Amino acid sequence: MLRIEYAWWLLAAFFFATAWMNSRERRWAATAFWAVLALLFAGGDFALAAKQAGDARPAQFAGLCVVALAMLAPMMRRPAFAERALDERIASAQRLRHRLFLPALLIPGVTVVFALVDLASKKYNRPINWLIGSGSATLVGLAFACLVALLAALTVTRSRPALAVSEGRRLLDTLGWAALLPLVLAALGGVFTATGVGNAVAAIVANIVPTQHAFACVLAYGLGMVAFTVIMGNAFAAFPVITAGIGLPLLIRLHGADAAVVGSLGMLTGYCGTLLTPMAANFNIVPAALLELDDSNGVIRAQWPTAIMLLAVNLALMMWLAFR
Amino acid sequence: MSYWPLIGIAVVVLGFAFRLNPVLVVVSAGFASGFAAGKSLLELLALLGASFLTNRTLMLFVLTLPVIGVLERAGLREHAQSWIADLRGLTLAKLLIGYLALRQLLSMLGLTNVAGHAQTVRPLLAPMSEAAAEKAHGGLNHDEQQRVRAMAAATDNVGLFFGEDVFLALGAVLLIQGFYATNGIKLEPLQIALWALPTAIAAFVIHSVRIVLFQRRLNRHRIGSSNSTAAKASDAAD
Repeated sequence: MLRIEYAWWLLAAFFFATAWMNSRERRWAATAFWAVLALLFAGGDFALAAKQAGDARPAQFAGLCVVALAMLAPMMRRPAFAERALDERIASAQRLRHRLFLPALLIPGVTVVFALVDLASKKYNRPINWLIGSGSATLVGLAFACLVALLAALTVTRSRPALAVSEGRRLLDTLGWAALLPLVLAALGGVFTATGVGNAVAAIVANIVPTQHAFACVLAYGLGMVAFTVIMGNAFAAFPVITAGIGLPLLIRLHGADAAVVGSLGMLTGYCGTLLTPMAANFNIVPAALLELDDSNGVIRAQWPTAIMLLAVNLALMMWLAFR
Repeated sequence: MSYWPLIGIAVVVLGFAFRLNPVLVVVSAGFASGFAAGKSLLELLALLGASFLTNRTLMLFVLTLPVIGVLERAGLREHAQSWIADLRGLTLAKLLIGYLALRQLLSMLGLTNVAGHAQTVRPLLAPMSEAAAEKAHGGLNHDEQQRVRAMAAATDNVGLFFGEDVFLALGAVLLIQGFYATNGIKLEPLQIALWALPTAIAAFVIHSVRIVLFQRRLNRHRIGSSNSTAAKASDAAD
């Protein structure tokens, strides 16, 4: 039986290995950073379980660890690792050819199998507890797919398993603190919700809009979704706040807009905001680091015109479809 | 209602404007909003720790790194490039538009984690895009190479976001349905998902046109610069 906890333990082990390799190179900030993160992943379930049981101390300690990560992040330097020489890589590529694609395609391939098995089990009402012990089937599948692909990669390239750790570590250290940003931003979303930031934003917007005009309300709702998504980095976080503050009272109740249209297009308008903001780190900042772009906003620069044009299309569609 | 928690947003905006380390900025913003809302230090630490831990799935992509590292060391990028270079008639625009369509269709089926920046863009799509662009234009300079990579990542984002909400989408559609249900409006998921279809088509058309224009601009720039090198060569011959 596969459990998502195994993935956390695997990640913890990988972070520990990365910390250890950094310590051998006397890169102390990186050593401490990855070690603290390893601790968070190894003990995470314990802390969450304790909090459920009413003991907040492990969760407080986890919060302290997050603060430590934030202090360590500015001290980390992006290292320059020597890659294997280009002519050796080309020689290996010419020898292995299409066999190199197989492990890379196993990651999406195996994940799809898990997702489809999950869909089928829901459709035919046959639980798959024997396969998935905890967590989403697709995500457990993704973690499992990475293991299968790793075995395949080591077999195809005839590499030692230790190489997986050192090569993975090279990529992880190249990402550095950027790898952590999506997670910290999601945590900030939780804090913002708990402290009432969203309600305050919605109240301000609702105060300055000329509510008698349906078009002004559509504009306020759409731009509110974009603005709040840009701030939060996540349309899912913006949707309940802005729809409760503007969409529901002004568009649906006051002007009689179609709720399904408002909800669907509202969310998609938020996605236009996701394309525009460095706060959506996993979509915009992490890929810039992964692709080794000089400009961390390079991906946003490539996609903002698409986002702006789609925003206009969405607002027009909402005007047209919601008031049929 | 208190407006003081908004100070967290100000911290985020200022921190990003002054280019401070984003991780530090984000954690500081959480504390600013939390203290402004009257929470104690211990409450805030527990809140921050628990929300961090419940979002751990966002780090799952790290598990792909060892696989990609091993394959890249064995020449995955080089092979992807030479393979694309040998495929006749495959241009940068055809490659990216094909990927966009595939990504949108997969997302519509709920298969969002199948592709992604770590899973497919870095090991496959980015090197293939570079090779396809080089085939038509000769070697890319550093700046052009960077823009081709960024366009590959952007195409993945557009395909994911504007496929996800149609039909089987589990996360977004259920969030919308759940929100309305708690507010006394009953909707079927399919009702919500169908209204995402026009935007999905618009996203495909708009981004495809932009990809074609991007390729044309690369082309024109190339022809311009090769003309100038030809001119220089003929100058030298004179």
